[in-house]
Formats: sequence, C-alpha cells, structure tokens
Amino acid sequence: MTPPLLSIGDLTVALPRGADRPFALERVALDLVPGEIHCVVGESGSGKSMTAMAVMGLLAEGVEATEGRIDFRGCDLLRLDEAEMRKVRGREIGMIFQEPMTALNPLRTIGDQIGEMFRAHTDLSGPEIAKRVPALLADVHIPDPAAAARAYPHELSGGQRQRAMIAMALALEPAILIADEPTTALDVTTQAQILALIRELQERRGTAVLFITHDFGVVAEIATRVTVMQNGRVVEQGAADDVLDRPQHPYTKALIAAVPSLEPPPRPRLAASHEAALTIDHVSKTYGRRGLFGASKRVVHAVRDVSLSLPRGATLGIVGESGSGKSTLARLIVRLLDPDRGAIRLGDVDIAALSRRALRAQTRHIQMVFQDPHASLNPRHKAGELVAQGLIVHGTPRKAALARAAELFALVGLDPAGVDRYPHEFSGGQRQRIGLARALAVGPEVLIADEPVSALDVSVQAQVLDLLVRLKTELGLSMVFITHDLRVAAQICDRIAVMRNGEVVEIADTVDLFAAPRHPYTRALLAAVPGRHWIPPVPERRIVGA
Amino acid sequence: MKVLRLFLSSPAAVIGFALFLVVVAMAASADLAYPGDPLDLAGRPLQWPFTNPRFPLGTDVQGRDIAAVIFHGARVTLAIGGAATAIAMTIGIAVGALAGYHGGLVDEILMRLTEAFQTLPNFLLLLVFIAVFGSDIATVILAIGVVSWPASARLTRAEFLTLRSREFVQAARVLGMRDLPIIFREILPNALPPVIVYASVVMAVAILLESALAFLNLSDPNVPSWGNLIGTGRAVLRTQWYVSAIPGVAILITVLAVSLVGQGLNDALNPRLKGRP
Repeated sequence: MTPPLLSIGDLTVALPRGADRPFALERVALDLVPGEIHCVVGESGSGKSMTAMAVMGLLAEGVEATEGRIDFRGCDLLRLDEAEMRKVRGREIGMIFQEPMTALNPLRTIGDQIGEMFRAHTDLSGPEIAKRVPALLADVHIPDPAAAARAYPHELSGGQRQRAMIAMALALEPAILIADEPTTALDVTTQAQILALIRELQERRGTAVLFITHDFGVVAEIATRVTVMQNGRVVEQGAADDVLDRPQHPYTKALIAAVPSLEPPPRPRLAASHEAALTIDHVSKTYGRRGLFGASKRVVHAVRDVSLSLPRGATLGIVGESGSGKSTLARLIVRLLDPDRGAIRLGDVDIAALSRRALRAQTRHIQMVFQDPHASLNPRHKAGELVAQGLIVHGTPRKAALARAAELFALVGLDPAGVDRYPHEFSGGQRQRIGLARALAVGPEVLIADEPVSALDVSVQAQVLDLLVRLKTELGLSMVFITHDLRVAAQICDRIAVMRNGEVVEIADTVDLFAAPRHPYTRALLAAVPGRHWIPPVPERRIVGA
Repeated sequence: MKVLRLFLSSPAAVIGFALFLVVVAMAASADLAYPGDPLDLAGRPLQWPFTNPRFPLGTDVQGRDIAAVIFHGARVTLAIGGAATAIAMTIGIAVGALAGYHGGLVDEILMRLTEAFQTLPNFLLLLVFIAVFGSDIATVILAIGVVSWPASARLTRAEFLTLRSREFVQAARVLGMRDLPIIFREILPNALPPVIVYASVVMAVAILLESALAFLNLSDPNVPSWGNLIGTGRAVLRTQWYVSAIPGVAILITVLAVSLVGQGLNDALNPRLKGRP
C-alpha cells in the first residue's frame, strides 16, 4: 500500500468546560493516501467537521488538540506555529466549505479572490496572475471564464460559486483537498455536477480528497474509502464497497438502514374516482409589484397556474429544487400567502376566497408542519402550551387543552411529563414531534408538511417519517408532503407532482414516476440523486404506506 | 437564573447597580433624614460645604439645605426617569410592534410619523410642549415621554420585521390566532431584550432632559429637583460653584449608574456579543 500523505493519529480535541461533552474528538486515527477520495461520514455532532478543522489548524478559540499528531510531509501539523501553518494552508492543503456565498467576500470579484491565492503564496506578477485565473475557472467548467473572473459572487449561481471556490482551493495545486459538506447547500442536479467535477479533478491531478458529508448517497457516489464517526470517535473504517455493502459496526448498520431507498414500496393504486380532500384549481402567485413611482420592478412568478388534487387519505408529494415554488404553494394552501388567482377547495369551501375571520374558523381542518425544528417553536413558551395553543384559540378551556396536550405528547412518542419543559431542552427530532403534535391538536383532516425532515439527521429522519405515516393512517389524514429529497418522496408519497419554476411539469403515481418518468426534467432529477445505483444491503426497512 | 448570574459576573454592571441602589436609598430615606419641606429657608445663604456641621453640603442662594434638596431630589429624578421612560417605551413598543407586524400602509404611516418626531431635535420639541402646556411636573414628565419614543419604536419595528416571518409566528397564524395575541404573546417576548436595554438609555436621557429644562428655569419650580438646584446656582456659578456642582455630580452618578446597568443587561441578554471569558 502507498504510504499515506496525511496521517492523523490518536487525535484528541478537548472542548471548553461547560460543553455537553469533554472531548470533541477522541483518539481519532485516519490515513489519507494519494489519489483517494476519503469520505468522513457521520451525523451532526459526530466530530467530522472538527477533524477537518484540526487538520487546517482552524479550531475555534477554547477548543484545543490535547493529544495525538497530524503527520504531513514529515512534520506534525499540530506542532507548527501560525506562520508555518499559513504556508501549509492553501498551498499544500486546499479547503472548500459548505456555503460558497458566505465563504466568498461579497465586495470583491471572483478573479480578485482567486488571484489572492497567488499573491499570498507566490511571486507571480500581476499579468501572469491575470492569465492564470481564467484558465483555472475554465478548468472547473465555468462557462465564459473571463466574464466570471470579473463577476461578483452574487452574480453567479450557487453551483458556479462552488465551482469558483474549488478553482480557488486548487489554484496552487495542493496535495490535499478538504471538502466540508461542499454540496449540502446545493440543489440535487447541481450537486451531481459538483461531485462529478471533484472526481474529475481528483483523477486528473491525483489530489487526495478528504470529503466530509452526512449523506450516504454522496458517499456511494464518490468515495473510495470511508470513515464512519460517532460522538467524536471513529467507529468503522474501510474501502467504500466494504463499508457500504458489508457494514460491520452496529452504528454503521443502523445509519445505512435509515437511508430511504429510491425504490418505492408496493402500495395500492389510487382509484381514479377517489374523492378529493383538497383541490387546487389554477392557482397563481407572483412576487414583486410596481415601485412607488410606477417604476416596474422585476416580477417573479412563484406559482404559475397550478392545479392539483389530493385524494382523501392519500399523500401527495410535491418535489422540486429551490425556487421551484413548492414552499410558496404550501403557504398558499394554508393562506399564509394570498393567491393572485385560482381556488383552493377544502371539501366544499374555497379557502382562497374566505375573509380572514371565516378563515380562522377553517384553520382547524387544515394544518401545517414546518421545516426548521428550531425556528418553528416559540422559545418563550413551554412545550405543553405550544401544543395546547390551537385548542385554546378554537375555544377549548385552558385546563382541558393542557390535559389534551399531554395526551398528544404520548401520541407522538414523547414523554407526557415533557409538557413543562421549554423547546430548547428538546433535541431536533423531539422538537419536530412537538410541531406535529401542535398541528394534530386541532384535529385537522389535511396536513401540509413542508420539508418536515430535511433539517434532521438521517436516523432521526427515519423515525419522524415512520411516525408521520403511522399517525396519518391512524387518524385518517390526507397529506401534502413537500420535499426536495426524492428518496423520502419515494417512501412516503402515493402520488408525486414535480415542480420547476412555479409550474407542475409532471404528476404521476409514485411507482409510475420512478419506473417511467416522462418529463425530461423528472428524468434529470432522478439521474442526479447521489448514489442511485447503490442499493442499501440491510433488509429494507418498511415505511408502511397508506 | 442564568441572566442574573451573567449580570452579576460583570463588575461594571454590579458597580452601576450599587450606585443605583444608593440613589434609591436616598430617595427612600429622604423624609427620615430631612423631614420637612426641603425648599424652606434653613439657614444663612451660600455657606460653603463642610463649614457648618448643620449643613454638610452647604446652603444655596436662598438659604436651603443642599443636602436636603439632594435627598428629596433623588425622588423627583427617579420619578421623572421611571415615568417618562415608561411612557416613551409604551408608545415606542406599540408603534413599532404595529408597524413591524402589519407592514404595508400601516408601517408606512407610522414610520413617517416617527420620522416627523425624529427630524425635530427633541429638546426643542420639549420646549414647545412646555411653552404650550405649562411646566407642572406631571406635564414635564409626559412631555419628556412623548419626545423620547421614536428610537424605541424603530428598534421594536426592526425586531418585529425579523421575527414576524419566523416559522413559529406562521404556525400561530395557521392555528387561527388573532393578530393581537400573536403580537403580544408570541412575538413581543422575543423582541423585548434589546428594547429593555435601550430603556436604560431613554431613562438616562430623560433625567438629563429634565435637568436641562430646570437649568433654563423652565421646569416646575415647586419641586426640589436636582436640575432646579443647578438652575439657582447658575447666578453664582463663578464664586459659589459648589451650588451647581453638587447636584451636577449627583446627576452624573445617577446617569452613569443607569447606563452601566443597561450595559450589564445588554451583556447578560446577548452573551454572544461579549468575548468568551
């Protein structure tokens, strides 16, 4: 075996006193060999990003490596002083970050920022740098590199910004590239392109890549070797095929088992004549209006003439990338936004035409679960009050409502004693359960779930999905499920509508959509799902359909 | 409580709070220490401090006991600071909350009104109020409150603008909650911390505004306020400077105390802004 380029041995990183655990990393060992893509995978808090930061010498103040070594080219990076470390960063080890918009300086052009790499580390002249920059941008396949070099970060798309970041990281041809969740903030089709680019550059230049991710699909797509981390420890390490197809450690097995399969489970077909619980009829919504003095501003068609129907007792998935209008549509259905045109019928009632007073009475029939488990619960109220809120609004006496809240806690799998705790005392998955209990408290017939699991770790995500499906069946709910994740959609939806630029481009039963997508965009989406060829080895976990 | 512990961990905040307690103690013990009307003639006018054991801080132009005026004045100062601040914050929070939550036309109208108040220097506006409505102490307090609210309205509005699009507010709307409960029960408690901190600034400024009025002999002459004492000392400023200087120091200490408490509150309520210990 080739000698490792970078060797992390027994690395222990201590957290400041008062943190939730004494060590961020405990005896982490990891070798990076030239020419490999080494994925470090784990859930939030596993220490995967901390490992990358330790290598770069960028640990936060108060966080210190107390033991171990990071050997690179015969010296221990932990022993280098700041000036020596600066020579390593950028020149020897490049890094790309999760969010390219915040990693780039908004006030300087892309070309200027890439040129900075040469100015900081080399003696190249100005004209020489000006020649190199477009060549680098061409290397990462940015269209019209000369124009991109003159552009400011906000003028590029998210994918192009990430390409520019990669160009910057690779400017000095470093031996190692560290990528910290580089595709997490990107849409799935862009993610596929960036992953392909990283692999192409890696093969062409022989760079060793340390790739931090939480997504097993991405691991299956790109990794040659895998390290699985949990709570600051390495639990499993090995060649990608071995870890993905024959996981040894129970934690790895559990993580892989929690990854939803892209294969939709068999489910009874919806009858064509099924009664509709919710009908969306030619609904449109535009943003932007005329300015104060008649100057016309840019108008965005967030939702354009969308017609959908949700059969009673079924789950209708709405999938699309960012900016497709799927969240706007969800907010139109519950009238957080007012539609410009069209009707939204819940039974016989047109919600879109109701006055605000009449709408308040209707809210108990249609409820919403939100995406962000941290922002969706008011931090100043106790969890029980949050759940009881809706009942109190609709006239239940406070005491009875609080008693009902405790019952709902049990229903969503939380300890009823938790009603007296505040939201920050719960984990992300538990908070999402509280959000679900709040929505279910008023006894809705239709539930709108807006990306309810996308902020959760994969194992928690599986639990919340299971709960959602179980409650939907038990309570006879109809559900609109909005997601960007086709794996989740495959498992939970009976029928899926694909949205792009505010329009529904295809709508089909889930089985048909995955087996034979008709619209080219649907095909592109499916082709871009990372790790689509990898079939998780563990016996399929069943998320029971309706 | 965590906020209290953080507050007490800052020496500046503790000193400020201690000074503030001293002022409160003076106000509380005024009747015991100096019974009777502090505005009555007490002895020969213009005695220097520390010359007569009966008048440790001396006497002013009209022969009043300066120490008695300082003790009783603490009451007036606290009353002005407290009441004017309460008025200003109530108006400011109400205007800011309505403008920030509703947006659109309501926001437009309320903010133009706020700007109308902000473009006029507030001391000039205060003089106009006093000139029109008289200089009774209650009028003075009300006028100070009415000229001091715009900044707190803007601050509250800014907080509401970021909070109103949060998912927990949307959730409350989806549950069918009415606007007023959403504003006061859901959003306001989350918007309050910076506004409370700002209240300390308003209080300090309110105390200074009253002193400035009194210095121009435009405040209520029938109350023993520190500002009035400075005003009477103005005539003898070059020879008997202590008449103005003593209440001046009292005002300085009180305003400093209020500001330090505000700073301490700020650090305690926004611990992330402070460097890690």
